[in-house]
Amino acid sequence: MVKAVISGNSASAYGAKIAKAEVIAAYPITPQTSIIEKIASFVANGEFKTEFVKVESEHSAMAACVAASLTGARTYTASSSHGLLLMHEMLIWASGARTPIVMSNVNRANGPPWSVWADQHDTMAQRDTGWMQIYCESNQEVLDSILMSYKIGESPDIMIPSMIIEDAFILSHTVEPVDIPDQDAVDDFLPPFAPEKKLDPDDPHGFGSLVMPEWYMEFRYKIAESMDLARDRIREVEKDFEKRFGRSYGGLMDFYEVEDADAVLMIGGSVASTAKEVIDKMRKEGKKVGLARVRYFRPFPVDEVRWLAKKVNKIGVVDRSYCFGHGGPIAAEVYGALLPTGDRPIVKNFIAGLGGKDITPEVLERLFNKMLVTNESGTEKEIEWVDVKGHSLGVE
Amino acid sequence: MIEIRFHGRGGQGAVIASNILAEAAFLEGKSVSAFPYFGVERRGAPVTAYTRIDDKEIRVKSGIYEPDYVIVMDQSLIKAVDVVAGLKPGGKVIINTTKSPGDFDLGEAEVHTVDATGIAIDNRLGSKAAPIVNSAILGGFIKISGVVELDSLLKGVRSLAPVKKEENATAADQAYSKVVS
Repeated sequence: MVKAVISGNSASAYGAKIAKAEVIAAYPITPQTSIIEKIASFVANGEFKTEFVKVESEHSAMAACVAASLTGARTYTASSSHGLLLMHEMLIWASGARTPIVMSNVNRANGPPWSVWADQHDTMAQRDTGWMQIYCESNQEVLDSILMSYKIGESPDIMIPSMIIEDAFILSHTVEPVDIPDQDAVDDFLPPFAPEKKLDPDDPHGFGSLVMPEWYMEFRYKIAESMDLARDRIREVEKDFEKRFGRSYGGLMDFYEVEDADAVLMIGGSVASTAKEVIDKMRKEGKKVGLARVRYFRPFPVDEVRWLAKKVNKIGVVDRSYCFGHGGPIAAEVYGALLPTGDRPIVKNFIAGLGGKDITPEVLERLFNKMLVTNESGTEKEIEWVDVKGHSLGVE
Repeated sequence: MIEIRFHGRGGQGAVIASNILAEAAFLEGKSVSAFPYFGVERRGAPVTAYTRIDDKEIRVKSGIYEPDYVIVMDQSLIKAVDVVAGLKPGGKVIINTTKSPGDFDLGEAEVHTVDATGIAIDNRLGSKAAPIVNSAILGGFIKISGVVELDSLLKGVRSLAPVKKEENATAADQAYSKVVS
């Protein structure tokens, strides 16, 4: 094991390298560029034997990954924002073709107005593509999640691609200490990809061909079934990973100080790390606050949210993106998960940090305080935009 | 926790400087993080970078608004940017300049200076027109701040300087003993 001070983008590149991705096809875009630069330097130095395919667009990158994965190769790519949006068609193809590709995506705002800073709109807009989505809070989690995602996705009963998500600049360009596991330990944890069926001229099979209406739904149902099964697989693989490497991240949802909490914020991404610091400070002042970190957005942690709703009466969902028309995407999932249960905590939706607006400890403390004093339930102010000029949150 | 803000211009090496300082503190067993604030990425444009150093795990992942120290890699920035914005009371500033600390009026800040440009040129770092001053000013900075030992800084410089590792280390070493306070 080597401990190094590296960026989230370097952690992504090391993840692909020690997972021994066999085919990498990628197109550069700020702030993802340094991932593929690092991989290119690994390849140029001869320390990473992989087929590195330079392509003319993100759409082609994903098409190349799908084809390579169908031949039985472990594949990796990386993108961000508009690059991810251009990939959209091929993302759906990848999950439909049951190719367990792993991709790093640097969460960046979509334009216009043009922005290169952190925002979850790019990945939230891929909710329905059939990919697993992991929102990371540290560079270590970025690297570890790549390793775990290959193991989860490549299980014969799963065969689903994964998106490892790191916030623009806050993780992608921030250096912090990261353990880079030894190759032997990784090889032992993650055996080579060996799909049951693959593109092979000596053993021909058809992939992605036409199906008539009497069979299409059955193929879709199989994906739905695998995505549901993935919840258990995520937990199992993480337990195994923890035993070997001594690190774990809470499975689908990472809870911090929720057991006796009067109010909890639910957040995805690196802001959760800052929130843990704020929680420690506020608890010293006698305020019982906690955190539910949305680690997986797909599959959604339905059981975890329902468990939380039995424990706490106030949940503030912080979305770093917005679905124009009604509400933030995480909040919508929370409302949906709780509807069939009898538990009705007060759920508020805060929209914060779009386009890289910094979510500071001070902002989070205000949101916790707002949740602690609120008694509003129902439709009164259920969605509030935080620190938008000319619009007051009405809390100090 | 110690928080440091770097002001430089694109091409001077501010971002690598913030990483070198983090690496040096990491070598001493500290928790660290370092990150840039990217505006428009072009040579000559103002660049801000940050380093955090602490004895316990660093979990805060938002910007630094009240630094303990400020490093100014180009004195012309002082007219363009409020380099002491948010500086903590008693906070220190080090400026790359041939002038003396008394030539600068930065309010309550304790000002130190070092001719990092001259030292960089002497060691052939970058060109005369665009010298790379990051390792030199770091040498001066750790003299006035003591946030890491000189030996750790030199190790950090050798590990992260992309080229001319020894020349960069020499520049840091020379600047360490040439600070004007």
